[in-house]
Parts: sequence; C-alpha cells; structure tokens
Amino acid sequence: MRTSALIAVSAGTAAALTLAGCGDSKDDATTPGAAGTSKIAVTATDTECKVEKTETTSGPVTFTISNKGAKVTEFYVYATGDRIMGEVENVAPGLSRELIVELPAGTYETACKPGMSGKGIRGGFKATGDAKPLTDDAKLAQATQDYQRYVKSQTGALIDKTTEFVTAVKGGDIEKAKTLFPIARTYWERIEPVAESFGDLDPAIDAREADLEAGQEWTGFHKIEKDLWVTKDVSKSGPTADKLLADVKTIVDKANTVQLSPLNLANGAKELLDEVATGKITGEEDTFSHTDLWDFAANLEGSRAAIAALRPVIEEKDAALAKTLEDKFAAAQAELDKHRNGDGWKFHNELSEADLKALADSINALAEPISKVAPLVASK
Amino acid sequence: MDRRKMLGLAGAGAIGAAAAGVAGATLIDGATHPAQAADAGAAIPFYGEHQAGIVTPAQDRLHFVAFDVITDKKAELLDLLEKWTMAAARMTAGRDAGSIGAVNGTQEAAPDDTGEAIGLPPSGLTLTIGFGATLFRTAEGKDRFGIADRRPAALADLPRFAKDTLKPEISGGDICIQACAHDPQVAVHAVRNLARIGFGVVSVRWTQLGFGRTSSTSRGQVTARNLFGFKDGTANLKAEDTQLLKEQLWVQQGDGAEWMTGGSYVVTRKIRMLIETWDRTSLGEQEAIIGRSKGEGAPHGGKAEFDLPKFDAKGADGEPLIAADAHVRLSHPDANDGARLLRRGYNFVDGSDGLGRLDAGLFFIAYQRDPRKQFVPVQTRLSRQDTLNEYIRHVSSGLFACPPGIRAADDYWGRALFA
Repeated sequence: MRTSALIAVSAGTAAALTLAGCGDSKDDATTPGAAGTSKIAVTATDTECKVEKTETTSGPVTFTISNKGAKVTEFYVYATGDRIMGEVENVAPGLSRELIVELPAGTYETACKPGMSGKGIRGGFKATGDAKPLTDDAKLAQATQDYQRYVKSQTGALIDKTTEFVTAVKGGDIEKAKTLFPIARTYWERIEPVAESFGDLDPAIDAREADLEAGQEWTGFHKIEKDLWVTKDVSKSGPTADKLLADVKTIVDKANTVQLSPLNLANGAKELLDEVATGKITGEEDTFSHTDLWDFAANLEGSRAAIAALRPVIEEKDAALAKTLEDKFAAAQAELDKHRNGDGWKFHNELSEADLKALADSINALAEPISKVAPLVASK
Repeated sequence: MDRRKMLGLAGAGAIGAAAAGVAGATLIDGATHPAQAADAGAAIPFYGEHQAGIVTPAQDRLHFVAFDVITDKKAELLDLLEKWTMAAARMTAGRDAGSIGAVNGTQEAAPDDTGEAIGLPPSGLTLTIGFGATLFRTAEGKDRFGIADRRPAALADLPRFAKDTLKPEISGGDICIQACAHDPQVAVHAVRNLARIGFGVVSVRWTQLGFGRTSSTSRGQVTARNLFGFKDGTANLKAEDTQLLKEQLWVQQGDGAEWMTGGSYVVTRKIRMLIETWDRTSLGEQEAIIGRSKGEGAPHGGKAEFDLPKFDAKGADGEPLIAADAHVRLSHPDANDGARLLRRGYNFVDGSDGLGRLDAGLFFIAYQRDPRKQFVPVQTRLSRQDTLNEYIRHVSSGLFACPPGIRAADDYWGRALFA
C-alpha cells in the first residue's frame, strides 16, 4: 500500500507544480526577508536562562527562545527601570518562540520567567553601534511626538476622573460611582497598549475576575465594578479604591516619560481593535455593568489617534491605504453611533445578536488594513 | 512557493497524509474493501469547463461556508471575487493563499497566508462557489448590484416543506463556498484564508464542518455510510454517467440565464439525526424504514448493493418487500419522474446539545440542473411520507447557483454574471 501511495503522491506533486503556472508567476522571486537582523539563541530551563551572546549590534535583534524546562516560561528584554522593550509570553515546555525587538545602543537586561511569575532570571545585555532608530526619520519622529502629546492629555484626564470615581466609592455614593465608572475607564481604554507595556501594573488595574488564578488577589476597576453592580456594597471597597488610584498614578508617570517607537503606535492601533473584537463585542470586559460600549468607543478613538499621528507617513508611502483607513474608521464609528444613548451608550445586553455581528464586521473590515500599517512604517 | 517544497518535507508529509487516508477508508469499510485514497495528497485541477468539487470523486472532509455581502459597492465585490479566484487557484495547487506566503514576508507584517497548511500536500482540495438568491435581490427587495434581472428562474426560493424546523441564522446566504479535501486542516485553511481576504466586503453567515463523505460520486469509490449506519448514495449520479450528467446535472444552453450554462444548482440541508432514538430501534425496523439491508445495502428482495430495487415485489404475506413509505422507494427516480441528484453530503458531529445527546447528522449537499424539477418534488414527497422523518430534523437550508468553471487565468468567479 505504501509503495503505491508514494507513486501517486509524487504524481500529485508534479501536477501541483504544473498548475502553478496558471496562477501568478512572479511570487517565487519575491521573498523579502528580515535582512540585517542579528539572531541570538536563548535556552531557558526552570533554573537557568542562557543567552547565547550578551552583546550585539544595535538595531533589530531576533531572540529565539527554546524552553527546555518543565514550566511554561516568558522572556523579556528590559531597559533601565524595567521598561519593557519586548516580551514573549507563554512559551510552553519543548517549544521555541521568536522575539524581535529594536534595540538602540545601550544597556539592557534579559529575563526568563519560568512559571511566568516574579522578577525572573536576569542577565546583562548590551547593544553597541550606531544603527539609527526609526525615529530618526523626521516624519516618524513627528508622529511619535504627536502621539505622546495625545497620551499626555489622556493620562491627565485619567487621573482626574479616577480620583472622582474613587472619591465616590469611598464616600459610599453608589449611583455616582456607577456613572463615573465607564467615564474613568474611557481614558484608560484609549491608551491601554501604552499602559500594557508596563507589565504587572496593567492586571492590577484592569484584571477581570475570569483572568485570576486560584488564590490570586483581585484588585482594580473590575473588582469595584462587581461591588457596585452585584454585591451593591462598597463599604469595604476603600482599600481597593486607594490602590487603584495609586496604581493609576504610577502608570501615568511611566507613560508620560516612556519613549515610544513608531512601531508601538502602529501595533497599538491594531491591539486596541483586537481588544474590541475579543473583549467588548462579547461583553466580557464589563460583565457586571454591561458598559462595554464605552470601552469600545474609547478603544476605537485611541486606535484612530495613533493612526492619525502616523497619517503623514502612511499618506506618503501608500495613499490608498490612508484613504481606506479613513473610510473604514468612519464606517465603524457610524455602526457604533447607532447605539448612542444621550451622552453615553446603550448597555451591552440591550444589543441584539445582529447588532453585535454588524459591529464585529465593521471592526474586521478596519483591522485588516490596520495590520498593514506596521510593515509600512518599518519599510525604508 | 509550494508549501511542501518550502520545508523540504515532500516525502515525509505525503506519506503521512496518504497513510491517514488509507486508514480512514479502511475504517469505513471494515477492512475488506480496496482502499481508495491512494492519491489523497494530489492536486485537483482548478481550471476547467465545470467547477471542481462537483463530479470530483468526493473527498473525505468538508468545510462549507455561507457569506453575507456587506457592501453595496459592486466594484468592491468584483475586486474580492478576483482576489478569491487567485487565492483559490493557488491553494488548490497546494500553495500559500497569497503571493508572499506564510513565513517569507517581513517581520512587521501579518503574513498573507495563515500558515497551518505549511508542509501539507494539496490533499485534493476543491473550492466551489455558488451565488444565493439574496445576492440578486436582498430580502428587503433591494437590487444592490444591478443584477436582479440576471437571477435564473431555477434559483427560485425553495418552498416550505412539511416538518421543516429551519433556523434562519444558519440558512441561506449571498455566496457559498464549498471546500472539500482529504485533510480537514487543508479545507479549514482554505475557508479561513478566503474569509480573511473578504473582511469588510463579506461577513461569514454560517459554516459547517463535515467528515466521512456520505456519497460516492465516482464508480471508483465504494459507497460510504451515514451516521444511521447505512450506505448512503448508492443510486447517486456518478462522474462516469456522461449522458445523465448532461440531462440531470449541468445547466444546458437555453435553460435560462446564459451565464449559468455549464454550471449547476446546489441545495444544502443540515439534517440533524436523532441518533439516540434511532440506535434503540430494532435492526428489522431500521431496514424497513430505509428499504435496504444495513450490511450489504441491497434493496429488499435483492442480494447486492447495486441490484435494482423491485418495487412491485411482494413477500409471502402479500405485502410489498419494500414498504410503501420506505426511504428508498420515495426518493427513487422511479417515484419522481426520473429526477436524479448528484449527492455529495458529509456527516457532522457538532459536539453535544446540552441534553447529553450528540448534535449530529448529515450535511446534505446535492447538485442538479434544475431544483424545481429535482430536489423540490423529491423533498416534497419525502417530507410528507418518509418514516425516517421521525428520526431527523431539517435545521438549515441553502440554495445556490454555481457558475461554470474558470477556464483561463484572467477569468474570475462571477465575471460572466456581472459582465
């Protein structure tokens, strides 16, 4: 049986090659690669983190992480002050994953985190040379500056509104706190990808009950959300509220000083739409208050702000894409606007399956062209 | 680039796939029949007079998808049909969906192929497109693309049949694509990539996975079994019946809408089987309901599967050997003015239904020249009289006009329709 199978299969391969001629013929010639990146192997075990080289030339660096341990691991590259330059999560035992980061000349730390917790097994790392970061391009530098100004405006409002929210919670004013909950979150959701780059603070502020593992302490917005909507008792919520405000202030300080790369903007714009697709359309984000559409609107606005900052670059390199993005943002916004209610939005559980499907379609239509922005920004 | 050449896996991957195909056939046939999947890895030509995936010997796996078109702009739809045709030609030949491929692009870009078929052979993948009535005029009566007058008369809405329990959300659709392959991953890969290419223009309305083809469409294939345990499609139209195919399967010049000449109409019905009650039914009653023996598949009164049923034969008790309401009698061409169908259905198991019952059955697919003269009269009779109705529920329905094949690389799906 095997013999005849083999013969039949090789005939099949020949058929495939012949047929290929009927399609387009140019593709075998176009195989753009990531030329010029240095590659470094990382071997992670439950007790060790062996980085093949601890010094490389600046510019894009590819780490290949092989997990030879028994625990799931993570790999991080940190700049001074534990600012995350890049990370790869969930590397299962026996598997390898790649991480590509752009490292300007400077000193860094690498870390493997077997069991995905703690500070990890650290090691020093250095990038030398004069590879110019992408931000040396004047238009790109302008884009990141514009976006950072936007982040700053949002973080200011985030602190103000979180303070009001926390005050209402501590004062026992449940109705006022309920009104302020989606509003404070709006400023958070607009810039969430920036906040997420600070690792452990994001879950402290925004973890959902379903995200927790057994025994893990639950803090942040959604803990208070449950107190407000389900237990309807905030008499014991004071410490959680205080911690939320403190965490928000810490993250705001970091967000206002972080140096973003244009790729952060492009990827952040896409991540915000991924957030909409996975968390908001399904109603998983605000499962007690059903205020998901406030978060949806904020994610969409944040994504649009990042793309707007990059707009001159996109326009120059691919005018058609710039136009498509504009159209699809407008279409998604129009779809969302159908569900306005006064100054706010309808609740998630007031929308029909058909409403949600139409919203999902509009986000899919927008997210595919947005995924083309990062390679465009990186292209020379 | 060829998916297998890229990884240098041509040999190893192919043996694995072919061996898996053989094992599948052996299971179905109780290890006594000749295996039929020796060429499971090969490619089926995409280009031709008719679309592939109709008389193509039925592959083992199905991923069927129905789309709603969500744009009103004809140019966007045509652009998508052109992109889809290119991607379909590539994937059926065992190549990546896009010209760059799953792993050859820049690190910053999302790949233009999703990658799960890397290293897999073409696996007999066929992609067959069909256009539903709502593409020509929406349910609200809108002629979005100026093609309302091109709707073929044969694409008339199916009537409501007795005992229909159709769910609208898994019925109908503006466009359907049937992906069949010997490897389920190859079929899923194709649908996933086509859906992705279509974001913003089309939206997935419903999909169905199927396994274990329940019909043979070629005399070279043995007849497979459905989940009732019976051979299904013994009297099917087969690729070798050239004259019958002209009369019963392919739309002929003068039939109506010119753009459909050489095409065919497909009816899909998701038929939930009430497996648990069927399994408690005695062998004798099961065979009486179907009108054939469960083992060989011979009609009552006959000895072998392909013996012609003798509908007037009576037993010693004077009763007909094949009951008046037996499935084989009601669905036979003799009872339906000679109407035949090319059936191409698949078994499905969509997990369980929350009441501890298998959510399983037959995803019925039938191609024909004119549903008004073929599927509709046959199903009308079955829905009224078939005893099998106690054990089945029709839960979804679709009817699509499948245009003729793509004959040249500059042609694309639907070009003649929109010309």
